[in-house]
Amino acid sequence: MHSKLIVPELEAVEINGMDRGSFLLKSTLAVGAVYGAAAVSPFVQRAMAQSAMGDIDILNFALTLEFLEADFYKKGLASNLSGKTKELAQLLGEHESAHVDALSGTITDLGGTPVKSPTFKFPFTDEASFLELAQTLEDTGVGAYNGAAPMIESKKVLGAAGSIVQIEARHAAAIRLLRKETPAPGAFDEALQEQAVLDAVKPLIAA
Amino acid sequence: MTHPEEKVQDQPALRELTDDPASRKKFLKLMGGGVAGASAFSLFLAACGGGDEETAGTTATTAPAETEAAAADGDLKIVNYALTLEYLEADFYAKVIESGLFSGASLELIKVIGDHEQQHVDALLGTAKTLGEHAAKPETTFPLDSADSVLELAATVENLGAAAYLGQAGAIKNKEILAAAIAIHTVEARHAAALNILTGKSPTPDGAFAAPLSMEQVLPKVKPFIVS
Repeated sequence: MHSKLIVPELEAVEINGMDRGSFLLKSTLAVGAVYGAAAVSPFVQRAMAQSAMGDIDILNFALTLEFLEADFYKKGLASNLSGKTKELAQLLGEHESAHVDALSGTITDLGGTPVKSPTFKFPFTDEASFLELAQTLEDTGVGAYNGAAPMIESKKVLGAAGSIVQIEARHAAAIRLLRKETPAPGAFDEALQEQAVLDAVKPLIAA
Repeated sequence: MTHPEEKVQDQPALRELTDDPASRKKFLKLMGGGVAGASAFSLFLAACGGGDEETAGTTATTAPAETEAAAADGDLKIVNYALTLEYLEADFYAKVIESGLFSGASLELIKVIGDHEQQHVDALLGTAKTLGEHAAKPETTFPLDSADSVLELAATVENLGAAAYLGQAGAIKNKEILAAAIAIHTVEARHAAALNILTGKSPTPDGAFAAPLSMEQVLPKVKPFIVS
């Protein structure tokens, strides 16, 4: 599962279509807020049409994030975690691996090619910094799925993404509780554009 | 794990949403309040998802009126369903706070969750009004016997809510309403996970993949809490 190949940098995923669709969507919606929806509907429609080819790219982007999370918990468990942190890392790591398998399978079913896992490095040094990074990764995962979801064309893929993102949100809440943080930072979870996701995870990609 | 909400007041995002009515307005605007006029909104609906997946490429101007209306009707039904569930949740937490069963850190967490539910009500009510006729606020009744049983009920209701939103994701036509429902869905999931842990259960009772519930599955489960 943790591939030997360092084929796609995340930047490569960025160029693969989800980027274009979300960028168009984001900017046309912004225009719509100013000029009213009638002015932008053709552009929104085009953005949607263009992202029609993008489900596989979105799934591959999600797969890369799941590779990252799975590897993170694997490396955490290989370090000196204890007690509730260790228990949680085991549970969450199992889920992330299941997500990797499910996304890979879905991509193959749709006729696509699953990306290979990049090599990751995680800068945690102890249990506290492990949990802090875990919270960032899970919250970012939630935002990434929520940002991509409206661009997903297939209802089946949307359902699968929804089923996974709910688990990411539960992970985030569990880690937050363990860190004595509020489980939900607001009433509405943020939808992250992929650039924000990339900025968050880029330092974790080994050169 | 018994005082998970200690730092609640230190959360800038939370403070922003609780203290600043502008951020709620911002969200309401995102939900459709910023769209200029009903006919513009219909066009927008048609462009975003009035047709099925195969015909999404047809132009907005040629989309049949019935298709637009059907999409908007379907979305309104879903928004009103979500609104009803959020009304229930918000009312539940208001009554729990009033009951005096909780104090200290637990009370703080319940207040935070209750505030989220009220914000969901506000957002969904605004959206329903944009689309048509909104659901009425139900009169509710909840068994508030002990702190433990209330937390159990809260966990049940939140897990139900998360599954209910997941069950509707594929049926929502308008992309902005979908985005809003998704933003609420994961917050319900966060609430559910926190309450599960506080009541000694797994944060993820479904395992690695959350199971959706249909309207037909959810409504009978909440019926006992609705007086009228």
